[in-house]
Amino acid sequence: MNHLPLIIKREYLTKVKNKSFIIMTFLSPLIMIALIAVVAYLSQINNNKKRTISILDESGLFTSVFENTDNTTYKYINDIPLDKAKSDVKQEEYYGLLYIGKGDLESVSETVKFFSEDSPSLTIISGLENKIERKLRDLKLIANGLDTEQIKATKANVRIDQETFDGEKSSKIDNVLKLAFGGIAGYLLFMFIIIYGNMIMRSVIEEKTSRIIEIIISSVKPIQLMMGKIIGTSLAGITQFAIWIILLGILSTVLSVIFGIDLTASQTQQQEMVQQALQNSEIQNEITLAVQSFQNLPLTNLIIAFILFFVGGYLLYSSLYAAVGAAVDNETDTQQFMLPILMPLILAVYVGVFTVIEDPHGTVSTVFSFIPFTSPVVMLMRIPFGVPLWQQVVSLLLLVGTFTFTVWFAAKIYRVGILMYGKKPSYKSIIKWLKY
Amino acid sequence: MSELLIADSVSKDFGNFRALNKVSIAVPKGSIFGLLGPNGAGKTTLIRIINQITIPDEGKVLLDGRNLQPEHIRDIGYLPEERGLYKSMKVGEQALYLAQLKGMSKSDAKKQLKIWFDKFEIGDWWNKKIQELSKGQAQKIQFIVTVLHRPKLLIFDEPFSGFDPINANLIKDEILRLREDGATVIFSTHRMESVEELCDHIALIHKSNKILDGNLIDIKRQYKSNTFEVGLQSNDSKRVIEEIKSKFEVLPATFKNVYDDIKLNVKIKPGTSSNDLLSFLSSRAEVHHFVEVIPSANDIFIQTVQNN
Repeated sequence: MNHLPLIIKREYLTKVKNKSFIIMTFLSPLIMIALIAVVAYLSQINNNKKRTISILDESGLFTSVFENTDNTTYKYINDIPLDKAKSDVKQEEYYGLLYIGKGDLESVSETVKFFSEDSPSLTIISGLENKIERKLRDLKLIANGLDTEQIKATKANVRIDQETFDGEKSSKIDNVLKLAFGGIAGYLLFMFIIIYGNMIMRSVIEEKTSRIIEIIISSVKPIQLMMGKIIGTSLAGITQFAIWIILLGILSTVLSVIFGIDLTASQTQQQEMVQQALQNSEIQNEITLAVQSFQNLPLTNLIIAFILFFVGGYLLYSSLYAAVGAAVDNETDTQQFMLPILMPLILAVYVGVFTVIEDPHGTVSTVFSFIPFTSPVVMLMRIPFGVPLWQQVVSLLLLVGTFTFTVWFAAKIYRVGILMYGKKPSYKSIIKWLKY
Repeated sequence: MSELLIADSVSKDFGNFRALNKVSIAVPKGSIFGLLGPNGAGKTTLIRIINQITIPDEGKVLLDGRNLQPEHIRDIGYLPEERGLYKSMKVGEQALYLAQLKGMSKSDAKKQLKIWFDKFEIGDWWNKKIQELSKGQAQKIQFIVTVLHRPKLLIFDEPFSGFDPINANLIKDEILRLREDGATVIFSTHRMESVEELCDHIALIHKSNKILDGNLIDIKRQYKSNTFEVGLQSNDSKRVIEEIKSKFEVLPATFKNVYDDIKLNVKIKPGTSSNDLLSFLSSRAEVHHFVEVIPSANDIFIQTVQNN
């Protein structure tokens, strides 16, 4: 008798109909969006403040250096003493006063001072410093008889075109894109395992504490119950993830349309920089390249590998979670068994983040992409960089082999553990259960 | 009478602990079979083996003459001692789910559930969650779920625990009615009064071994000691007692009746008729009370366990 579909259906429906699950599903994207919106909105308000900065330039060297922007107005004042200027600025409630004293090209830099009511923002000070430095450099170059235009002309922009021996083009942006792809895939798997693995564990514990387990397993094989639980919970998880993504999409669109808050750029300073950069033809070039490299990504491979490694890795870990749930009586007893499960998982993410960035095909990342407990995360991070098919296949076979073993192992523990009450199990007693 | 279930020298080890040691039982069709024994004797292990929850290390179990196999799950209804239901699931949904796991179709399960719910007058529970019910109410649902798929073999492990006397009686009547409809019942309990009341056959398991089994009446016959409980009234009680003592083995007895009697347990020699004792007594005193002492299941239980 195959009751698997029935069990999956029940597990799925109980999860999906659970009140806290529903609340989590619909509330967390709202909370997330609300948080981002608040942060974005606040920093926008912060940056939108109009400021006026007075400039008292006694050296006369910087007459055309400061140009007004949307938020900042520069007012030059001339021929008044510093004290008078200070009190004027204070009276006018300007943001501050930039004072440049008398001096030649060498000594003037020592005389620069900024006066303000409160201590000024870091970005403004460094902006002013930059402007002054640049002007001074130009002036010094001229003083040394060099033409600034000429110097600008000598500036070269080098971008190394990367190409594999097979003729596949790549670039730095390409690498960033690949990292992002792999990183998101790996991280998604990591999150999925932790959230829904725990859910499986809790649901096993619930069956034990409510004492229904013996009634159920007099009708179905424990392994069927376990697999039904894993699959049903995963489907609920996929449903939740899908709703999250859709809701996040809808909400962010709605918010940016209604409130005009651009959630992608929370800082106007950066926005300006990006806009400036966009005008630069070099960057435009890079963007076309990025689009190209996106198209160059091994997408089919990526998607297929993503599904296979995701499912394999998830089953591997969730069966262990189910076993832990079966071994204990309540959630507080799970601690001692959680560490050995979480460690390889966290290791995988660290290895993925640190070594794959460094060298996607280096020894460490290659080895870890074969070890079944870390391979799903690490391999998913490596694949965008192009992993030979044989490696993927071998790693996948190892994963399937191990996952068959852990499911068998978990089923053994599960079968015995679900009927054990009252004893806090040790590793030793669990090993003994394997022989029952 | 043919047997529905036969366990043939079944053994089970848990690590170094032998939970069952070559235990054989034979459960006749249509009987109520009491599986008795102190805590930790191995009853639950045997029941779990019959339910295919645990696999025996040695021996075999036959149901209807065939080795146990997965299809047999449909033929067995099991009410475990450790029982519960999904707390946050609705009564109806849950009962349907459990019935379907036993291989019933959804429509059949629904129809049967309606009959049972009407019988127990709990139709309005359908949409309640288990956590809204009391323990006894939830036990009723468990009982219904156990018997719903009309199994040939019903196994009840301490079925009356958690029920008040009224509901316990209701359940007892249902068990008897199910037996009348042709079901065979295995009944595991410590409560000897319900064994006395219900069981035709018993098996006593102690420290992983079966130490006694058979028809309850036969066993009682085997355990009775030809002792009679008598209550007599006489003007000269001292002399009467002396006379009886000279002819029979006599022990003091305690029982209650309305007379101020001489109360004795009198043992007669095998082969002596009880009439001989009665006429001997009636010739010397007025007999108010004359009963053969038949050992109760409880006495047999304690005596056998202590002797082992």
